[in-house]
Amino acid sequence: MSELLSAALMLIGASFLLLAAVGVVRMPDLFTRMQPATKAATLGVACMLLAVAVYFGRIGITTRAVAGIAFFFLTAPVTAHLLGRAAYFVGVPLWEGTVIDELRDKYDPLTHTCRSSAEPALDVRGDPRTDG
Amino acid sequence: MSAGGVLAIVDPVIFSMLSVALFLAFVRLVRGPSLPDRVVALDLIAALTVGFIAVYAIDTGERVFLDVAIVVALITFLGTVAFARYIERRASSE
Repeated sequence: MSELLSAALMLIGASFLLLAAVGVVRMPDLFTRMQPATKAATLGVACMLLAVAVYFGRIGITTRAVAGIAFFFLTAPVTAHLLGRAAYFVGVPLWEGTVIDELRDKYDPLTHTCRSSAEPALDVRGDPRTDG
Repeated sequence: MSAGGVLAIVDPVIFSMLSVALFLAFVRLVRGPSLPDRVVALDLIAALTVGFIAVYAIDTGERVFLDVAIVVALITFLGTVAFARYIERRASSE
């Protein structure tokens, strides 16, 4: 029974990982590519580790598998955010079909801080770029 | 192979699916127009490696491989964070 369940979980996980790889190849620009690489891959790996936990069915293995899943769920958004932020600063081009870029002119290019839409836009005097 | 009937059938299918996924991620790693694209591909390759190790642990019935998978996941996280910092630093120093 546990064998059947773990086989099904492995199949689901492998399908998600394959879909993630297809998405990474097929998506048009970096920021859409990060979507499958982060979400689908996280779900796929979680299914795989869950399959290991179900197959062995021991408390030590299950604890380690759940810890691994929790680690993946915590770190995947962090890496995606750091990488997307860095790529935005580098100026990786957006897809030509992009409808809206809400971060445009929000980032200070010198200090890399982001200002919210409630604050007024940068004028020439307040712009730290003109200092010195 | 310690696995029984169902897993003997399913395991080759899963290994081949993961291999195809690894090949596709490698295509993106080679083709990726920018450095962040390649880092994304490397991240995906690491996730696929963790999946491979998990399936291999079930295939061989060796429980120790789960620890290996967790360690690979940990090191990959550190590597991707370092890459992101490097890209951002390089952008601000130019």
